[in-house]
Amino acid sequence: MSTPSSPIRGPVEAPRQIRTLKIDGFDVSGRAEQTILQVALEHEIDIPRLCHVEGLSAIGACRLCLVEIRATGRLVPACVTRIEEGMEVITDSKRIQKYRRSLLELLFAERNHICAVCVANGNCELQILAEELGMDHVRVPYLNPDVPVDASHKQLAVDHNRCILCTRCVRVCDEVEGAHTWDVEGRGVDARIITDMRQPWGDSGTCTNCGKCVELCPTGALFEKGTCVAELERREFLPYLTAMRRTEQ
Amino acid sequence: MSKARVATAWLEACSGCHMSFLDMDEGLLELAELIELVYSPLVDAKEFPEQVDVTLLSGGVGNEEQLELVRHIRPRTKLLVSLGDCAVTGNVPAMRNHIPVEQLLERTFVQEADLNPGAPEAVVSPLRPKVQPLHNFVEVDEYIVGCPPDAELIKFIVSELLQGRIPGRGVRSRFG
Repeated sequence: MSTPSSPIRGPVEAPRQIRTLKIDGFDVSGRAEQTILQVALEHEIDIPRLCHVEGLSAIGACRLCLVEIRATGRLVPACVTRIEEGMEVITDSKRIQKYRRSLLELLFAERNHICAVCVANGNCELQILAEELGMDHVRVPYLNPDVPVDASHKQLAVDHNRCILCTRCVRVCDEVEGAHTWDVEGRGVDARIITDMRQPWGDSGTCTNCGKCVELCPTGALFEKGTCVAELERREFLPYLTAMRRTEQ
Repeated sequence: MSKARVATAWLEACSGCHMSFLDMDEGLLELAELIELVYSPLVDAKEFPEQVDVTLLSGGVGNEEQLELVRHIRPRTKLLVSLGDCAVTGNVPAMRNHIPVEQLLERTFVQEADLNPGAPEAVVSPLRPKVQPLHNFVEVDEYIVGCPPDAELIKFIVSELLQGRIPGRGVRSRFG
């Protein structure tokens, strides 16, 4: 033991690596591990998104945050693409709008989104995005699937008619609450969110009744029982929980 | 200046869009200076006339008679407007779409009937398998979403169309 031990304990932190890039022509910078979406939001450049929530892992499920990388012309999801030195990102163009609108139309066509009789009417991220992106009709045929409503839980309910498979519920239940009650079964248009081993929610042995999934649902798929049409309100809780968890560590 | 020939009709809908149209209050007087209402549930004409300038259609297509009417109207109007969520998406009437028609009629007119059980076979038009938006059948020039669309929005879009402008997606309006 010839080398003198440092008085500072704990893991050695690598020096932060900074990358500089252009987003929509603006010079911006971020840490090497950050994604395009994170850096864009830090610089008040908004990118449409439905599955991404700050505080949960990013999965790139909804694809609405597609942005164009100028050098290659490729479209990549901003929420799961890390920034690179010298990168030039375009967040809005005719081409991107075309793709985003098609994606929205497919989401609307895949389940039964009847805004007029939905608990989330007026407070739905899907509905608001349709308005913002100017989606005035759906060009693909509606699938009108026969999907159930599970109201077996004593306070909460899931209406699969409104689910867009963003998996925010699955992630918050696993990553924040630690219960992992929610998961996804099936593939493609047959995919459904399920509780435990596809038991009724009311019979779930793992659900802690915390309601985090309900608060994060972007549409009217998850709601508190007794909520009537257009009555649903969400409370913002994740930023506070995330901040507290950071302090704790 | 001669008045523009305007028509309205409702298909698989609740009449709410027409109520919203009437809800423009004194705006109706301004509009009356510019248009002649040649066919509508609000006037007495029985036949859809020729050479209409603008037609507002509310409601989706849910039975054979409605489909016939839509196909009758399209070549007789310069501009066709899908008015309201039912015309644009199918909306509430389309909530029956996942149920087979026979099952639907059996439940409604036989199982739930107190008197004379049996689905109607005459006078009313047979249901189509699904309630579908207008643009699935004919070309639509303008979409006005909302359940119902705001009266001011209807007024604005009709005025634009009468002046030869198609607002399209330049107008922000919300489903529901």
